[in-house]
Amino acid sequence: MRVALDFWPVLIQWPLLLEGAAWTLGLTAVATLLGSAIGIACAWTRANGPWPLRAAAGVYVELIRNTPFIVQLFFVFFGLPAAGIKLTPLTASILAMTINLGAYATEIIRAGIISTPRGQIEAAESLALSRLQVFTHIVLPPALKRVWPALVSQIIIVMLGSAVCGQISMEELSHAANLIQSRNFRAFEAYILATLVYLVLAVLVRRLLYWAGPRFVFGR
Amino acid sequence: MVDFTLWDILRNLLLAARWTIVLSLVAFVGGGAVGLVLLVVRLGRNRIAESLIAGYVQVFQGTPLLMQLFLLYFGIALFGIDTSPWVAACLALTLYTSAYLTEIWRGCVDAVPRGQWEASASLALSFGQQLSHVVLPQALKIAVPPTVGFLVQVVKGTALASVIGFVELTKAGGMIANVTYEPLLVYGCVALIYFTICFPISLYAGVLERKLHVGQR
Repeated sequence: MRVALDFWPVLIQWPLLLEGAAWTLGLTAVATLLGSAIGIACAWTRANGPWPLRAAAGVYVELIRNTPFIVQLFFVFFGLPAAGIKLTPLTASILAMTINLGAYATEIIRAGIISTPRGQIEAAESLALSRLQVFTHIVLPPALKRVWPALVSQIIIVMLGSAVCGQISMEELSHAANLIQSRNFRAFEAYILATLVYLVLAVLVRRLLYWAGPRFVFGR
Repeated sequence: MVDFTLWDILRNLLLAARWTIVLSLVAFVGGGAVGLVLLVVRLGRNRIAESLIAGYVQVFQGTPLLMQLFLLYFGIALFGIDTSPWVAACLALTLYTSAYLTEIWRGCVDAVPRGQWEASASLALSFGQQLSHVVLPQALKIAVPPTVGFLVQVVKGTALASVIGFVELTKAGGMIANVTYEPLLVYGCVALIYFTICFPISLYAGVLERKLHVGQR
């Protein structure tokens, strides 16, 4: 059987795809900032915190890492309203992505923190830096530098995972593809174009973060 | 109005979890087989094949699994073949798994010292013999922990098959949540079942990892 592909009906809907891509990037950016902050806080807790907090952080990390993102998202969006917490698709998406990235970031950043040479911390302490100063100035920047490639990969995994947010009617890229195919029935063409956009985004975000890391995050 | 007890919910979820496990196994075994073939082709030092496979890996690692599922689901139908969600999900997850596994295993083969290849070549072993008698057995030892770890990824990936209508754990959870009006409880149980499947595998992967590196500490 001859397969007839027609990309034109999809291509003329390009503003939808562009808008979807913008939402995907926006979601990823917010989740990256918040998730990394959670990651740093939990990594510190797991390395230095009192044991109940350390255990709590451990449970959080393992719970999130061993359940699918889509279930976490559905739990937040469909489950939490039953407990009185109503969320819009946008806040639910951001919350789920942040929690998800936070757990992975915790493990990644912790690996960087525990590989800090003991002598550096002792040297900093001998200069009368407080514990917080030692962490933010001595331990964290080189730790982030060591784990940056892993962290960037995880951010991209979360971005690709955000395709699921279309299922709770968050209007990101996969939702745009779904909308387009519901208008013109060109399902395969719409999804292939959206997939290509994801591929481009993944490459661009990786480049961007590799560029931004040494300049804005941990210094050269 | 029918009342659902906690046991009713759990029992139905557990029945659906069987399909999650079956789908995971099919994807893992199928993906492992395809991944192994790709690995051997890649090691054959054919430039074109190598860059083709690198592209294949990049495409599957750089796009959402959800999109891959949609593409296969609608793509197969385009050829006039009647697809079921089951076939599309198996195929998509197999390809996805193969891309990741071939990349993981290539790293393991690269970790085998170059001298091993050269030594076996100097003993006049053919490429196949070098691979099967010298390199792969050594690579296999390093490959086991990350491969087991990736199994968790596959189990979690099967949850996306719910989106194209395959009734596994997540989809069943959605259906049960709709009839019981207890989404918090149902999705909590779904998450817990995934956790009980995945956590032991994660722990085991961790144990294997520590065993492997025991000499380096």
